[in-house]
Amino acid sequence: MTTLTSGGLTSGVSAPPGGLRRFGSARWRKRNLTFDKITFFLVFLVIPVAFYIAFVVSPFVQAAYFSLTDWTGFTPAMNFIGLSNYAKLFSDSTFLQAVGNNILMAIVIPIVTLGLAMFFATRVTVGGSTGGNVKGLRSSSFYRVISFFPYVIPAIVIGLIWSQIYDPNSGLLNGILTRIGLEQFTSFPWLGDVRTARWAVMFVIIWGLVGFYMVLFIAAIKGVPAEVFEAARIDGAGRFRTSVSITIPLIRENVQTAFIYIGILALDAFVYMAALEPGGGPDNTTLVMAQQLFTTAFTKGQFGYACAMGVVLAIITLAYAGLVFAVNRIFGGKSEVGE
Amino acid sequence: MTQISDAVGGVPTAPPGERVPLEPAEASEAPGTAGDKAVTGLSHTILIIWSILVILPMIWVLMSSFKTSSEIFASPFALPQRWSFDNYVNAWTDAGIGSFFFNSVIVVFGALILTMLFGSMSAYVLARFSFPGSRALYYLMLAGLTFPIFLAIVPLFFVLRGVGLLNTLPGLILTYAAFAFPFTVFFLYAFFRSLSKSIAEAAAVDGAGEWRTFFQIMLPMAKPGLATVAILNFVGLWNQFLLPIALNTNPDNYVLTQAMASFASQAGYSVDFGALFAAVVITVVPVLIIYLIFQRQLQGSVSAGTNK
Repeated sequence: MTTLTSGGLTSGVSAPPGGLRRFGSARWRKRNLTFDKITFFLVFLVIPVAFYIAFVVSPFVQAAYFSLTDWTGFTPAMNFIGLSNYAKLFSDSTFLQAVGNNILMAIVIPIVTLGLAMFFATRVTVGGSTGGNVKGLRSSSFYRVISFFPYVIPAIVIGLIWSQIYDPNSGLLNGILTRIGLEQFTSFPWLGDVRTARWAVMFVIIWGLVGFYMVLFIAAIKGVPAEVFEAARIDGAGRFRTSVSITIPLIRENVQTAFIYIGILALDAFVYMAALEPGGGPDNTTLVMAQQLFTTAFTKGQFGYACAMGVVLAIITLAYAGLVFAVNRIFGGKSEVGE
Repeated sequence: MTQISDAVGGVPTAPPGERVPLEPAEASEAPGTAGDKAVTGLSHTILIIWSILVILPMIWVLMSSFKTSSEIFASPFALPQRWSFDNYVNAWTDAGIGSFFFNSVIVVFGALILTMLFGSMSAYVLARFSFPGSRALYYLMLAGLTFPIFLAIVPLFFVLRGVGLLNTLPGLILTYAAFAFPFTVFFLYAFFRSLSKSIAEAAAVDGAGEWRTFFQIMLPMAKPGLATVAILNFVGLWNQFLLPIALNTNPDNYVLTQAMASFASQAGYSVDFGALFAAVVITVVPVLIIYLIFQRQLQGSVSAGTNK
């Protein structure tokens, strides 16, 4: 049986039947290390994990090391320069601006997206009329299906669609605004004006993500027994009160997960920017760390310096996750969504 | 676990015993007070506005995809003079969206098969056996999930160049698979843990080897979990953008997402916006159809995958 099932996947490991039997009867240490078990561990764990280490873990570790060098990539010359790259980063005003932009996005995007998602989720699950059973609004599955739809569109395509909508002359947005009489928006460059660019970009990201988190919250709310909501209502809690005092605390863990997911995304935002603001936006107001890293590495060839940016990005990401955990712990029993 | 099997079974809703009628109730809405009605009305209004915000851009893109560039510039609202598929032909052949589409299919399915096979195997081993180092492996996977890909991208470029797979589809397949691996393992680890150990032990008593136990007993039992994680991996990999633009710069090997980006930046000069809109429609429609067919399973997957 052993040979039959393992044959297909271990054709490289050839063992004559005799050898197999000898192997099979051998007892190594305390455990039964049969041929079956050894090939099993090798193919099931050792090979995949080795691949994973080569393609994922080792690049992470190498990046940390490269960040301490002045490597340009295409020459073998690589001098260890300690923390100079980091020192340079902290006086690189463009990169610092990108950090600031990312931090703003990591604050605004999660709060707005998750706030909207939570509002929609409570409406379609338990937000129905306060008479009769606890239920959602009518047509709730329609809203759910529509809102979730952007999740299946590749982010780059979402960016391209919106860059056309924002187009100053032929875009849908200015078309609508001028049609309803707001003539000042004729040819208004939403993505090219310092005042609007970052908000326009953030709106696109929020637009693309609300439905995903709405579905996530809907599933979480459905896990809460209906009796809880009925009890709240009997005690006189209105719909808003129920959301804030009952629903959100009960699904805190889901909210925390959502904050971490979306925060990591907002600290990246590379895809959206590649479509909407490939050049960093007016006065770099939409430049993000990831864009700066990509240009530094693959356009300028400063690989060591780019790796230092990667390390900073990773540290900020971890700090953000830590912050979310801390906030959740501090407000234990209360919501972390409330303003 | 109820959650997962529910989700994939197409019933992503209530565990048994739950009494919330979740779909729009046919039961007549109780009259309620005026204030109550106002809240309900407001909720509907906001949700409808949001739905329009989602749908309107799609309709506009669809309409624009039939217009010529000059029509697009003339007015964002006017319907096309004639409904022709010229833009689609241009996008599919001239811009090569067709061949990039197939590149995407090859890369995503190749990576999906690899990561599902090896991910489920590793998850099974980690879930069923405890051995020295299994804790360390767990953290290794967690690191792969948490750190931004951007940190790895530069060294990864040189790893692939070192093994001669830079700018090739196989290189991309391996990279996609490797980066989807930790999520797959994490998810299926929880799933295999929940499967009863006594079944595997019974199989062993009956003389099934480890291989046979896995492929003939455990894997079929894990089907719901496999479907969930495969759906999530598919969406994630299909949308992947950073890995291809950094590691796959040969225009013949472009995948759909990067081809779209490069097409859009070219369109800025040659101004074939009609074809750009058509390309967007070509990209979105297949996914939209699959989405509408599988939307329950997909949404179930999302909740199962993230509500751990």
